[in-house]
Amino acid sequence: MSDTKAPAVTVPKSDPHAQDLEVVPLRNYGRWIAAAAALLALVGLIGSLAKNDNLHWDVVGHYLFADLIFDGLATTLWLTAAAMALGLGLGTLIAVMRLSSSPVLYGLATVFVWFFRGTPLLVQIIFWGYAAALYQYVKVGVPFTDITFFQAETNSLLTPAIAALLALGLNEAAYASEIVRAGIQSVDPGQTEAAHSLGMRPALTMRRIVLPQAMRVIIPPMGNETINMLKMTALVSVISAHDLMSNIQDVYAQNYQVIPMLVVASLWYLALVTLLSVPQAWLERRYGRGTTRAGYVSPFRRMLGGAVERIGKNSKEESR
Amino acid sequence: MSTPMVRAQGVRKHFGRLEVLKGIDLTVERGQVCCLLGPSGSGKSTFLRCINHLEKVDGGKLAVDGEPVGYRQHGNRLHELREREVAEHRRDIGMVFQRFNLFPHMTALENVMEAPVRVGAVARSTAREHAQSLLEQVGLADRARHYPAQLSGGQQQRVAIARALAMKPKLMLFDEPTSALDPELVGDVLDVMRQLAADGMTMVVVTHEIGFAREVGDTAVFMDEGIVVEAGDPRRVLVDPEQDRTRAFLSKVL
Repeated sequence: MSDTKAPAVTVPKSDPHAQDLEVVPLRNYGRWIAAAAALLALVGLIGSLAKNDNLHWDVVGHYLFADLIFDGLATTLWLTAAAMALGLGLGTLIAVMRLSSSPVLYGLATVFVWFFRGTPLLVQIIFWGYAAALYQYVKVGVPFTDITFFQAETNSLLTPAIAALLALGLNEAAYASEIVRAGIQSVDPGQTEAAHSLGMRPALTMRRIVLPQAMRVIIPPMGNETINMLKMTALVSVISAHDLMSNIQDVYAQNYQVIPMLVVASLWYLALVTLLSVPQAWLERRYGRGTTRAGYVSPFRRMLGGAVERIGKNSKEESR
Repeated sequence: MSTPMVRAQGVRKHFGRLEVLKGIDLTVERGQVCCLLGPSGSGKSTFLRCINHLEKVDGGKLAVDGEPVGYRQHGNRLHELREREVAEHRRDIGMVFQRFNLFPHMTALENVMEAPVRVGAVARSTAREHAQSLLEQVGLADRARHYPAQLSGGQQQRVAIARALAMKPKLMLFDEPTSALDPELVGDVLDVMRQLAADGMTMVVVTHEIGFAREVGDTAVFMDEGIVVEAGDPRRVLVDPEQDRTRAFLSKVL
């Protein structure tokens, strides 16, 4: 670098007053008007519901914490947990089968997904509920011989709750397998190569390197699936599995208070779904380690836009 | 004379119909640094990946430290190895990738510790100490608790070198280790590699850094279209090559 030539680009001296200029953020008047209109509509709706005597809030209050409802809740909760565990476990196995180089494993996994995604869940639930009509006995033994290790009547094994679990779990496995597969495939193949080059075996590589990274892609949709599952358990009321919805139906079949009982059900489903979003947020943070993300901005803050920043700025100046 | 570290005889490889390696003959002695150069698509990276069986050789013989790669010899037959056995062979061969391939969900220290703990069955405390000293060796002792996303490319590549060294390999493979780096960061990585060569590590380096090859390399191998065009002392091959093809390449990159 020589100093003989004048620099081709001159840097202008900064304006001494530049720092004193105040930034006036854009005011979104349209957004405020739309928000006010929407709020007004909501208040109107809530008001009309509150004044409607057909809702029978006394019936809602009477049944909201009834023992029968708690029994149903317990069944709904364990059914959700067990069906998701079955779905995720079997789904991961099927995802690995679909990524396998064996055409037989790939084919079997594909047929499984095709069948359980291709038929309505309601049909599958009723099918498992009436499976005894297809096989009266369940036998475990060597096929095409008389050797039997285990034998039982289908009806004694396949209680409504077990039938519900199988139907929900197998159906979920089909969906979960696709989510897990997408997660595994989202991980850069270079990660597997790096792990292999260090002498890690395929199973260890999957467990330590690929799956933890796939989790970031898997968890948000699996959270959705869990929330869906909680609500889908209501379908098993068709085979009287004694979940929340079955018990609600039992009650309104006797007292004809259909709407208040549905309000009771809705309040509980809403409460449970709300609770479920807590572990999901925790898991997303846990598996998001090592990714730098911009800070979270709440929608409220976004709407207020510049206003919050101004308030923050003023208070900072005051504290100085 | 001792067994060479890498010995390739007529190594062939094709992807579908495309023949990428058309009979490669190459020997790397212990403690030597062998630099592979050539235009992209010449097969040099593929050959490097064959050495630790990330790519399967289709023909010819390829042996590391006297052992055929990916096979076990029984009389006249070569038996394909199981994944577990291949993994055991790979433990002794370190590899550094163009795109670093650090594990993003682990800190720099955890990246370096992972293989010794999970594969080498080394106690966590021992592995941690060793990993820390390796990070020191590559000049990143103060970055141990950083995640890869918080490190610059040059720092990531140096962590990747430390990670490969953690298994105490007898051979190190470098696949264009500086090609994805900003020019100002290349020097730090080359310094680490230079030091490694000075310490007597056997290295096979695919690179476009002619200067590094000339200065550090014991042999330079110029490849083009799946064959070795010219090989020998880098101060000859890269300064006054015999082949026109080599000369044409050098005039473009220098």
